[in-house]
Amino acid sequence: MNIVVLLKQTVDLVEELELNDDGTDIEREYLSFKLNEWDEQALEEALLLKDAGAGSVTVIALDETDVDQSLYSALAKGADRAVKLTGDFEGGVSSHRRAAILAEHLQREPYDLVLIGVQTPEDLDGQAGVILAGRLGVPHVSVAIGVEPLDGGVKVSQEFGAGVVHELKVAGPAVIGVQAARQAPRYVPISRIRAAMQEGGIEEAPAPEVPAETGLKVRRMYAPESSSHAEMLSGGADAVAARIVEIIRERGILK
Amino acid sequence: MSNEIFVLVEHHAGAVTDVTHELLGKAAELGGPTVACLLGHGARGLADGLAADTVLSVDDPVLEHFVPEAYATVLASLIAPRDPRLVLIANTTVGMDLAGALSARTGRPLVAYCTELAFDGEATVATSQVYGGKLNAEVEVTGPVIASVVAGSFTAASGSPGAVQDVAAPDLSGVRTQFLARVAPDTSDVDITAEEILVSVGRGIGGEENIELAQEVAEALGATVSGSRPVTDAGWLAKTRQVGKSGRKVKPKLYLACGISGAPEHLEGMSDAELIIAINTDEKAPIFDVAHYGTTEDLFDVLPALTEALQGAIA
Amino acid sequence: MSEPLFGVALAIAMAIFGWTLSRRARLLVAARPAARLDRVGERVKRTLVYGFGQMKFLRGEQPAGIMHALIFWAFVILFLQIVTLFGRAVDYNWHIPGFGPNQPLGPPFFVLRDLLEASVIVAVSYMLYRRLIAHTPRLFGLGKAEERYRSAPHWEGIVILTFILFIMAGGLLHDAGRLVAFNIHGNERDFAPLTALVAAALGGLSRSSALTVSEFGWWLHNLTVLTFLNLLPLSKHFHIITGIPNVFFGKLPPRSVPRTQLPVVQVPAATPAALERPPTGRPGIASLADVSWKQVLDAFSCTECGRCTSVCPATAAGSPLAPRQLILDIRDRLYQHPEQQRGGDGAAAVISDDVLWSCTTCMACVEACPVGIEHVPTIIDMRRTLVDEGRMEPLLQQTLENFVKQGNSYGKSARMRARWTKALDFTIPDARKEPVRYIWFVGDFASFDERVQRASQRVARILHDAGVSFGMLYDGERNAGNDVRRVGEEGLFEMLVEHNLGVLAEASYDAIFTTDPHSLNTLRNEYPQYGLDKPVYHYTELLADLVAQGQISLTTPLTGTRVTYHDPCYLARYNRITDAPRTLIEATGAQLVEMPRHGTNTFCCGAGGGRIWMDDSKLDERPSEQRIREAQALGDLDYFIVSCPKDLAMYSDAAKTVGAGFEVAELTALVERALGQAEPALAGVGAAANGAGGDPAPTPEPAG
Repeated sequence: MNIVVLLKQTVDLVEELELNDDGTDIEREYLSFKLNEWDEQALEEALLLKDAGAGSVTVIALDETDVDQSLYSALAKGADRAVKLTGDFEGGVSSHRRAAILAEHLQREPYDLVLIGVQTPEDLDGQAGVILAGRLGVPHVSVAIGVEPLDGGVKVSQEFGAGVVHELKVAGPAVIGVQAARQAPRYVPISRIRAAMQEGGIEEAPAPEVPAETGLKVRRMYAPESSSHAEMLSGGADAVAARIVEIIRERGILK
Repeated sequence: MSNEIFVLVEHHAGAVTDVTHELLGKAAELGGPTVACLLGHGARGLADGLAADTVLSVDDPVLEHFVPEAYATVLASLIAPRDPRLVLIANTTVGMDLAGALSARTGRPLVAYCTELAFDGEATVATSQVYGGKLNAEVEVTGPVIASVVAGSFTAASGSPGAVQDVAAPDLSGVRTQFLARVAPDTSDVDITAEEILVSVGRGIGGEENIELAQEVAEALGATVSGSRPVTDAGWLAKTRQVGKSGRKVKPKLYLACGISGAPEHLEGMSDAELIIAINTDEKAPIFDVAHYGTTEDLFDVLPALTEALQGAIA
Repeated sequence: MSEPLFGVALAIAMAIFGWTLSRRARLLVAARPAARLDRVGERVKRTLVYGFGQMKFLRGEQPAGIMHALIFWAFVILFLQIVTLFGRAVDYNWHIPGFGPNQPLGPPFFVLRDLLEASVIVAVSYMLYRRLIAHTPRLFGLGKAEERYRSAPHWEGIVILTFILFIMAGGLLHDAGRLVAFNIHGNERDFAPLTALVAAALGGLSRSSALTVSEFGWWLHNLTVLTFLNLLPLSKHFHIITGIPNVFFGKLPPRSVPRTQLPVVQVPAATPAALERPPTGRPGIASLADVSWKQVLDAFSCTECGRCTSVCPATAAGSPLAPRQLILDIRDRLYQHPEQQRGGDGAAAVISDDVLWSCTTCMACVEACPVGIEHVPTIIDMRRTLVDEGRMEPLLQQTLENFVKQGNSYGKSARMRARWTKALDFTIPDARKEPVRYIWFVGDFASFDERVQRASQRVARILHDAGVSFGMLYDGERNAGNDVRRVGEEGLFEMLVEHNLGVLAEASYDAIFTTDPHSLNTLRNEYPQYGLDKPVYHYTELLADLVAQGQISLTTPLTGTRVTYHDPCYLARYNRITDAPRTLIEATGAQLVEMPRHGTNTFCCGAGGGRIWMDDSKLDERPSEQRIREAQALGDLDYFIVSCPKDLAMYSDAAKTVGAGFEVAELTALVERALGQAEPALAGVGAAANGAGGDPAPTPEPAG
């Protein structure tokens, strides 16, 4: 089974986000980027499948900021191939555009199963995985928390609210949006990543030019000015603790 | 393009979800006419509880359980002839599968993670939560559009339908996805939705060993410990104790959020609590927007101090 | 006397001994290489001090230490006695040439021999008493971690001690019997008080009876020596042979940039990222196949004295690690499965993950070991394998990922690193933009932990007021990597080094100082290997110097303030900095009361070696809490003074848990008070616990 994992660099949310001059997008120049955390889960799930002998893993990503680091890291973790699709992605890539590029590329790349993080923090126009499946005309399952081989296809555990899980069987090629891998993503030591870097091994291909409009126009972006903000307590742990006790006692919660 | 507003009716185990009613409420507020799309097998009876002008009911054995591919095919077939101005889908597991699929199949733009919607002449204006709730985006779309909506954003509508119309399902023989089983959650643990006080821990708790600190506060309060997704994913707490979109929706008298930043998925599950007190060292954490009280003192200092203060107060 | 039988015994004994040794030697030959032949002069010196000088015994626990030293020195001299008695197989009156009764070396030898024989009898009797009657705990296994050792046979020690008694007694009987049988007088009697005494006791015997006694003593002595010799490589007493070489081949302290004089002239900046990889082969120790010959020699040399385990904070806290047991486990595996040295199947992990992750890398074990065993480096080597395979706790993994992404353990944006400086009413220069004399390497804890931030602000104010030219690297700084390296993530360490050296290269400065002993250790001792050529100081050294120069004048002596001081492991043990902080405390006028374990003998807070990023809830009692109790035993104290950011955090928590009546304070809190600047309230000084307003130290809760 050829397992393809689609990776994306997203803004590291520990950074303070700043807006561009006209306030319609984030200012990407000074931000740091990291692998989308759901993609990290998708990669782990793929590697678990590989460890179980289910096939080979190819990771594919658009050439976004610091993507090499993520691709080498994936290789160091055990991915067999890493493909970087080059192009101009500096202003960010919408899910629709990304799905269109990947769909086009996957015409040339044999795959049996595509794993992708179920979402990214930037999916204003929806999640790329499901749009990709629509373009490819293959089945899709979102919010997967487990993918296992079954009768030539896969069995996918799809998570619903309140802890309910559906098990679905999908035959033939499919796109799975992974919420969480069966195990926490593995650690890969830096020495292995460095070794992967020394070996090189990232294949490059120009991203196919495909027209893809989201149809959305961002009027503005802004930090939510919440209608209410918590009343902040300070003055050290003990003072805060005393104040909390007072508050809950006033409310009659503490008898 | 018609003026109709489509709402996908989501139902599980014979009950329509709350968020479906919220979507119907918003659709009516926007001026309708509202068309509820009810897909299932033997679920037509659910139409009676839907405050929609029209219910389109599609009954097919393949639709008995949620099969993403089949549902997308049926919905696309409903949308095509009526060409609605707006399709509303909840941003749930079901919604995540369908909204994008419909966008790809019908070529309609999609606005995800919506919390506000309005019509502005020909345009639809939506507000979306992006970057983990750190930013809102106000988006304008002209022409027909699909919106996936965050639960709890709108007021629910109750009532009954104007008309129920049966629609035959399109050919579903090509569907390659098959439903195998439904696995219900383990109910042997506590039911956090029934608890009056929850001491809830997030990623900031750092490790399984520190859950003890929250447990001590919970004991002093007569409360139960719950947690956010990262905590249950890491196995530090049982899955049954997860609060949020993929866990439980809770409404306790007191929700003490410890080291929880307040991602939208989490807020969805607890923002209705009567009293929310949040402890988080990041003063910009979104949890403070829903909390009534907050502190940026380190939870590793506050929790032991709180345990002590509570024990003192009770004694 | 002609004893062909002895010749046969000797030949057999030597043959067996040679065969056993060759088997042991094979383990050494099969082991991985280790470069331990550099700086021979230093090696000779340490061998003289710690080997022949028995320094660790003289400084360590008493009277056991002195007893050992006595036996050791006795055997150096008594070796001559053994040679003499072996020679007597041929000639009953043989002496080593030059050592005859009327030769120059004879009389001194007789005196020494007798004195030492007497001392050894006393020392060995004392040791037997410890093993048989007093049951000294150290000799019978400590803590949970040495369960296995407790059930191990302890007859080895008793047999060997008895043998030593036999050798002493045999020699004495032989010599005394000989004096009587051959009616020897003169120097052999006059200079041998003990022998003469025994001879006098045997005085009534006939010549032939005396001869029998003498021969009996001779056989007893010689056969015991031969048996003893053969037991050595088979028992823990192998250290008699391998101990001194093991000291000689010990790891030497790394060379750092000289600190005696600050360079006045600007030295060209270090070349960034000119990383030379340390000569390692495979990462870590995955099996016996990866163990180096020095580590084999360590295993040979362990005499199971338990000095390491008795000072180990991990053992004391009830964790699964005991350094002695660790070395013995490696030794047992080597002896029982030598084939695993060649790798292949069955070369399973030698030590369990739990044990390896328990180490705080405080170095107390290595410091205590009299035969130069290097427990901590071995543990770190083994951790490298765990890291390579991703076998670690989730919290630790998360922390390492934080280092990779953000360069600090907190996972906070690098831009937040210098945020604590906003509370200052002056700006600390950015050393990347303007030349400064010192670069302050702040470290993660002092930058991000709120409690420690207050200490950092205080250090900044004091130095600023003293007119010291210093700057920082701001968001350019990354964790120095000391504990990352101790965790076993060597690649990440190098990545951090590369980054920091790159940023330092942009700066113009004379020297570095740091508030963090962990950063100090790696900057001072490890960064030079990668090209850092500036001296590195601890802030206490800098402050002590400023006080001595009069640049800081402490005008308000803290008379009547009673404090104790905790030496950080990475400052005291790793870098031997124990005087500077004490000089400072003295300068403030506070009265320093030492804890029993202080200076290089300090006790770890439990946070080192990455332990701070691991679960410590399963410990019986955290080392930090034990340490607070140690301070409590000193009576009324005002402050427990620390000079390490991690200590401030660890001990503030521990003091709270234990309910200490004193406050944990960082050293400059005292300095600031002595400057007459701090508010009188204790909480303002402590910068630690009870941050609530100006509340003084804990007050008793009202009853009810």
